[in-house]
Amino acid sequence: MKYEAPTSTKDAVALLAKNKGSAYVLAGGSDLLVRLKGGFIEPDLIVDIKRIGAMQEIKKTASGFRIGAAVPCVAMGESQALNKAWPGVVEAAKLIGSDQVQGRCTVTGNLCNASPAADSVPALVTARAKAVVVGPKGRRTVAVEKIPAGPGRTTLTKGELIEAITLPAPKPKTGDAYLRFTPRTEMDIAVCSAAVSVTLGKGGVVEEARVALGAVAPTVVLVPAAAKAIIGTKLDAAALDALAAACRAACSPIDDKRGTVEFRTDVAGVLAKRAAKVAYQRAGGK
Amino acid sequence: MSHDASFTNQKFKVIGTRVPRPDGIDKVTGRARYGADATAPGQLVGMILRSPHAHADIRKIDTSAAEALPGVKAVITSADLPDKVGGRRDMLDILENCMARGRALYDGHAVAAVAAIDAETAKRALKLIKVDYKPLAHVTDVDEAMRDDAPIVQPWVRTAGGDPNKPTNVAQISQFGHGDLDAGFAEADVIIERSYKTEQTHQGYIEPHACLASVGPDGQGELWVTTQGHYTFRTQCAALLGMEVAKLKVTSSEIGGGFGGKTHVWMEPVALALSRKANRPVKLVLTREETFRGTGPTCSTSIDIKIGARRDGRITAALATLRYQDGAFPGIWGMLGAMTAWACYDLPNVKSVAYDVLVNRPKVAAYRAPSAPMAAFAVESTVDLVARELGMDPVDFRLLNAAKEGTRASYGPTYGPIGIGPTLEAVKNHPQMKVKLGPNQGRGMACGFWFNFGGQTCSTVNIGVDGTVNVSVGTVDVGGSRASLSLIAAEELGVPYESVKCTVADTATLGHNDTTEGSRGTFSSGMAIIFACRNAVQELRARAAKMMDVPVEDVHWENGQAVALGTQHSNLQPLTLAQIARKSPQTGGPIAGHNEVVADGAGVSFASHICDVEVDPETGQTRVLRYAVIQDAGKAIHPDYVEGQFQGAAAQGIGWALNEEYIYGKDGRLQNPGFLDYRIPVCSDLPFIDTQILEIPNPGHPYGIRGVGETSIVPPLAAIGNAVSNAVGVRMTHVPMSPPRILGAIKAAR
Repeated sequence: MKYEAPTSTKDAVALLAKNKGSAYVLAGGSDLLVRLKGGFIEPDLIVDIKRIGAMQEIKKTASGFRIGAAVPCVAMGESQALNKAWPGVVEAAKLIGSDQVQGRCTVTGNLCNASPAADSVPALVTARAKAVVVGPKGRRTVAVEKIPAGPGRTTLTKGELIEAITLPAPKPKTGDAYLRFTPRTEMDIAVCSAAVSVTLGKGGVVEEARVALGAVAPTVVLVPAAAKAIIGTKLDAAALDALAAACRAACSPIDDKRGTVEFRTDVAGVLAKRAAKVAYQRAGGK
Repeated sequence: MSHDASFTNQKFKVIGTRVPRPDGIDKVTGRARYGADATAPGQLVGMILRSPHAHADIRKIDTSAAEALPGVKAVITSADLPDKVGGRRDMLDILENCMARGRALYDGHAVAAVAAIDAETAKRALKLIKVDYKPLAHVTDVDEAMRDDAPIVQPWVRTAGGDPNKPTNVAQISQFGHGDLDAGFAEADVIIERSYKTEQTHQGYIEPHACLASVGPDGQGELWVTTQGHYTFRTQCAALLGMEVAKLKVTSSEIGGGFGGKTHVWMEPVALALSRKANRPVKLVLTREETFRGTGPTCSTSIDIKIGARRDGRITAALATLRYQDGAFPGIWGMLGAMTAWACYDLPNVKSVAYDVLVNRPKVAAYRAPSAPMAAFAVESTVDLVARELGMDPVDFRLLNAAKEGTRASYGPTYGPIGIGPTLEAVKNHPQMKVKLGPNQGRGMACGFWFNFGGQTCSTVNIGVDGTVNVSVGTVDVGGSRASLSLIAAEELGVPYESVKCTVADTATLGHNDTTEGSRGTFSSGMAIIFACRNAVQELRARAAKMMDVPVEDVHWENGQAVALGTQHSNLQPLTLAQIARKSPQTGGPIAGHNEVVADGAGVSFASHICDVEVDPETGQTRVLRYAVIQDAGKAIHPDYVEGQFQGAAAQGIGWALNEEYIYGKDGRLQNPGFLDYRIPVCSDLPFIDTQILEIPNPGHPYGIRGVGETSIVPPLAAIGNAVSNAVGVRMTHVPMSPPRILGAIKAAR
């Protein structure tokens, strides 16, 4: 096994592109090292991206934010501007693992690990986050929901890595929230989860909404029907019930050691309702 | 305190103080050496190949490719572990569990092992071993295993007293009780019957099994190992490998938890056999996954309870039918469930019948008050139902029926002074009982019992020339016992706690000591140290008499000093232990005390717990809001570690009650062999666990000590079950009460 720690994105891409065997990108390592130690993977090459300057910072840009691929989740929690703009994204990142794990893990890693239960992904999706993908053929920008292809698989091609995640500046009166269900309070993986983002118009009526669910399908699912159920409402009981029903209809989970189909489907609706209420409040709704 | 403490009425100087533990600094700074922290020159890495099948014939194992791999120094199968115990079934079971003998009995059963120069080579060698399996039908559920058409786990097993020609999975049926059950139920105004299930849990000790084994061509060997009982490990390893006990020195490392799971050998004979074959030391460290799949969890159970009571609140009859699965080898776990089930109560007519049942799961090991928590869950849940039916307060109902001094226990003996009544009185007076509950909240309480154990013990006290004291014990320190035992020596000798150093001695140093189990460490070694110190005091008096030139009869030991009594000696200054020790080279050489004893007289222990929970009715998630443990300790030698045992036991019980369980797939494979999906509680899942120590002295110990380590894992399943049931308005009957089970029960009741 070869370990490389390049200092530029270009060098990292070159290493990945020319490698013949299996190659993995290392940021926080909170997934990779566990899989390595558990004997699930036997990499020929590990490319550590933590020494690439551009990947280490959260930048406020003209259009919003740029979160470098090696930025640990704890740094997102410390960014006041990010907390103010996208509290749902930050609270999702701050749910991963534990305090110690958050000192290492990154949202880009969370996205590329391609687990349907990834905590940060639903909130990134509802916030319209984009991934800046760099590869041998150059740079492309992709909506984050297009990155995971299924459990453990991504749409990244050979030599490609994600340099940063971008978030737009939120429109006025926008709020987002993320809730997950885990039997434990921390050090756990979502049995199901829901992220909701809303933008309010006149009189506190929901003008725009995005709803995404985690751990109820092979990838995180964006549920337009659920968004539609609350657009034009002030989250009255009927709207919330319609939101939950639309979410449940979008669920196609599996029965496994972490939860049953019935439980996941049912609780996904409950979480979506609760997240919608929090997002609505954060957007200034009463 | 109202309890009769007259038999002790002792004034203690250091007993009962909260001194720092002697192993504390090493543990927090990382200097302490655990099972995996030993190294030896030329050591090899040992690894075990395990069955992926729940049940399979092993037709052939081809190790040739592994043996040919450069760097591989030994490969073993059961052929390298022949029967050296003359077919003695209990030992052969342990050996067969260490390494499959022609049949893999559960997912994770060891089938071969390698020793190689490094981990990578060992891993590669495991992949080169070709095992030809023929999968067989399997059974993992206890009720299914009792059916007539169930796959048979062990063809040689017959139910004792049953059909000698009929293979069965029921290894043993045990029965306890007294009185006339039919008459008792006929007398009852109210009869409640319920069935319960509990799932399998693992002790979850943070340190996986690990050892360093070395056997030379001269037949002498050494084993460094994380264990609760190095003398037991020596006996078992020597017997299984055909060695002499005196030639196998076993040293216990610091232990990162055992809770019963390190009371007998798992892979240690394999490490020794590898070392013997390779003629090199072999270090073998299990992974967490192996620890889950290949070491001993506790039983899953299925239990039926029937209780009859009169309107006045007296229980007239009680019946328990308990089915415990022992894994793939016979055990006594159902029997212990039957013995403990009704131990808290004074019952005129009582019976418990237990079935020990084999399934294709790992060999069950002890887990903290083994078997009692499941029985208590079923009994204490039903007791609550009867109290409700009678319109009585559940604490008053229990108090009315509680066992007391003179009660004939359901499992046979008649109790001496016991603490069940006082713990219940303490519950009634506990401030938590007055805290107002909010919506979706519920309160529950439950009682628990454990026997406690004494057993064979051997200790030595050596006085240093500077007056400091070495105490050597043979009971492994799993819960702060070195601090407690040092306090005892300090108390007896009248020296400061700081001048006592307590060491867990290896097997070459002391006579046999039983394993630290049954809450016996402080009880039994404490007893042996008291007697050893008293022997040392005899010698100290004799030396003082020499120094003072007076008859030894005139020298008394008071407050750590030799004092010459009598008018003609009034001008003699008392001699301190340090002064006598300093002169010891001139007065007869080293001063020591020794004792070996079968520490009889372990006192039973009772606990009552109170639990408040809040349940989210839309997700079924339970949050434990408040939790209180009240337990009888006899005499708390070091209150911090007594409280620590109470809290630790409650924490394990809370995890068991709410989320922990072995999940098996239809293929008979364990689905969650890791802490991510086997969910023990993390710190933020638990409230501060309040403790209250009662001291009802045990007449069987010079200081009144009772074991304290186990009892408090008994009540939590039931206390939480009662609290959750009260919060959601539906009786919970299946542990763990995980969110899907609670949500399912709420929906089913709608």
